[in-house]
Amino acid sequence: MAETMLAADGTPLKRSLARALRRQKLRALMLIAPLLIFVLITFIVPIASMLFRSIENEIVQNTLPYTVQELASWDAATGEVPDEPVFEAMYFDMFIAAEAKRHTRLGTRLNYEQTGLSSLFRQSGRKLDDLGKDIQKPLEKLNGDWKDGETWYAIFNGTPADTALLATQRARVAALTDNPTEGDVNFAPRADIVQLLPKTARAYTAWAVFEATQKDRDPATRDPWEALPVALATDLQTADLSTYSGPGADLLRAAQSADLPTPDFTTAFVDMDEDWATIIPWQTIQTHSSTYTGGYFLNAVDAQKTPEGIAWQPDDKQILLKLFGRTIWMSLLITFSCIALGYPVAWLLANLPMRKANMLLILVLLPFWTSLLVRTSAWKVMLQQQGVINDVLVWIGLVDDANRLIMINNQFGTIVAMTHILLPFMILPMYSVMQTIQPSYLRAAKSLGATNWTAFWRVYFPQSVPGIGAGSILVFILAIGYYITPEIVGGTKGVFISNRIAYHISSSLNWGLAAALGSILLAAVLVLYWAYDKIVGIDNVKLG
Amino acid sequence: MGLPPYATLGQRIWYYSFRVICGLIFFFLVAPIVVVMPLSFNAQDFFTFTPEMLRLDPAGYSLKHYEDFFTNPQWQLALKNSLIIAPIATVISVSLGTLAAIGLSQSHVPFKGTIMAILISPMIVPLIISATGMFFFYSSLGNWMESVLGLNKGFVGYVKVILAHAVLGIPFVIITVTATLVGFDRSLTRAAANMGAGPVTTFFRIQMPLILPGVISGGLFAFITSFDEVVVVLFVGSASQKTLPWQMFIGLREQISPTILAVATILVVISIALLTTVELLRRRSERLRGMSPG
Repeated sequence: MAETMLAADGTPLKRSLARALRRQKLRALMLIAPLLIFVLITFIVPIASMLFRSIENEIVQNTLPYTVQELASWDAATGEVPDEPVFEAMYFDMFIAAEAKRHTRLGTRLNYEQTGLSSLFRQSGRKLDDLGKDIQKPLEKLNGDWKDGETWYAIFNGTPADTALLATQRARVAALTDNPTEGDVNFAPRADIVQLLPKTARAYTAWAVFEATQKDRDPATRDPWEALPVALATDLQTADLSTYSGPGADLLRAAQSADLPTPDFTTAFVDMDEDWATIIPWQTIQTHSSTYTGGYFLNAVDAQKTPEGIAWQPDDKQILLKLFGRTIWMSLLITFSCIALGYPVAWLLANLPMRKANMLLILVLLPFWTSLLVRTSAWKVMLQQQGVINDVLVWIGLVDDANRLIMINNQFGTIVAMTHILLPFMILPMYSVMQTIQPSYLRAAKSLGATNWTAFWRVYFPQSVPGIGAGSILVFILAIGYYITPEIVGGTKGVFISNRIAYHISSSLNWGLAAALGSILLAAVLVLYWAYDKIVGIDNVKLG
Repeated sequence: MGLPPYATLGQRIWYYSFRVICGLIFFFLVAPIVVVMPLSFNAQDFFTFTPEMLRLDPAGYSLKHYEDFFTNPQWQLALKNSLIIAPIATVISVSLGTLAAIGLSQSHVPFKGTIMAILISPMIVPLIISATGMFFFYSSLGNWMESVLGLNKGFVGYVKVILAHAVLGIPFVIITVTATLVGFDRSLTRAAANMGAGPVTTFFRIQMPLILPGVISGGLFAFITSFDEVVVVLFVGSASQKTLPWQMFIGLREQISPTILAVATILVVISIALLTTVELLRRRSERLRGMSPG
């Protein structure tokens, strides 16, 4: 057996080498780490969380937690409106949502799926207090103490506390308001009253958490919402108070024996808006109550999730598919114009003497280096009806002064401006490929009897195809994600999917749909980019 | 590639018409820039050549749009913001990017492909998608910095835009610096180490001067990326971080004023200067690394 080789310090050479390699790897990673972490945190994570928004749909669950629970057993196929418990849960969910001003947000969300729900939620939120007043007044007439927040506090606060209820209500308010609900609320629901009056205790706890953590007010002295008398009246119908002797026992007994109006939640909702008597809002809530949804992606391709399954929008409303189609079609047109204009220039550059080629290359690089906004504004100036091109055409006499050409705010404007902007990205890869093609091949072909055309088409062109491929993918990738230029020179007909994304982010605020559109666009770009990497190799990307 | 004396008439016609076609394409490439420059000296508020201008009458020309640029507070704020944001973002991308590029060019880097893909991704992802992602991320980051760290709102605004622009500039630094490092002769660092230089000395005295041209041109790319960027700043920044491209974008979309053309001309001059610098640096770098200037 051969003796183990030893390094200078006596350790086996193999181990010593392995250690050196490990150190080298570690050093390399240490150098990369700061940047990698920086890019991961400030770029990859934001993009990933944006993509996550396209399937995230917690809003229904967060805003109407108990309604969603009650609705689970309802079958829309029967065509019957849900039972009283659903309306009851809806009332309490809506009440706290309205206090937190979150019901309109849910209405907006559901309106993407069913037109009309936005106004339904907004109006119902406003009229929600009516039911509360119908019960609050008789209750307070019965005993003035009910007006006092301290009375309520005394009934519900105390030990032994039901910490589970407090924790669930904290979580619920946190989910509803998007705000943390930690910290002292100066309230704990007493376990025996929770048993006795479950709905009221739940509503009171939610209220106390909301007051303390969101409004920074002490629940011990605040007067509770109108929803609490309603909850109390509901609970008192079934509660057995005979053995109860805790705080406010007499008050509660008096209230139970008095003839308080029975809350009729179904009627209350139908009075607010007749739409609640139809199955449409309930069906929409039920269909879209899951925490994750493919709904935004369906919307992004002009389809919709309905209770009966996936449905396509009518043809005249299919704007997004058309927009995707237009984006791809116009990007292809731009790519082809770039090939047509770039090929001769690249050929000329590759075949001129070095000195002349470098001079002409500056003409290609100058627009490449010029600010995008400068080039876009230049095109806006040139293409306008009172712009330079029209002036020249009128001056030559090609165009009558009265009917100047409309070249801006349409597809033509976008294609011209973007071809100009992306042309250097086509010329540069073509040029670098053509530089490597030996001119002697052409001469050889010609000396073998090929005509100029045959020599070009059969010998030169096939060798230049990699350059065309590289340039085309690059131009196409850049074109389908363009935003600024179409926005300025594209008008309404010449815009791309990017403009729609920007519109949904900043104007319509339908962020889920924007994220879904963005995900589709990103996927397309990544596939193309993968192809680019396979064909050209990312390491061959050259700048300038 | 001259025309041989034996060329036929058809060949001659083709030869010259091909040159004319190429000339027209070159004209197409530079026309917008060439048109914008003289128009920025227009004495009128029009975007077209007035008869006075065509007659080369001095009365048709004026510097009033430049004057407006240098006196209008809106444009001055935008210029100031651009000059604050772009250099700081550049410094961040260059310092982190150069270190990482050196790390990446070592011979044994685990997961090199993945790391490279992540670092290059800001260049690949369409700007509108980056902007959308950053919009959500930076608004919560901004809220956190304002409420938890108690920082001033304006300051936080700048931090957000600078970080966003720094990320966008990183791929350019990585690409140019790794390209420079490809031709770097590793035996030079070993020789330095052999003569007793520590890693830090070796880096600053040997490696840095050799890769400096690549670093500077990467920095210029990063600078121009930030200086010319509008989509991300529109989504991440607020009106007080308005940069020059932002101001131009608003001007182009809403009330288009000829001052834009004056700004455009100034930017063209700047880009010519930058282009020259990059080209000179590239030649110097290739000379330093013993390659023939090409």
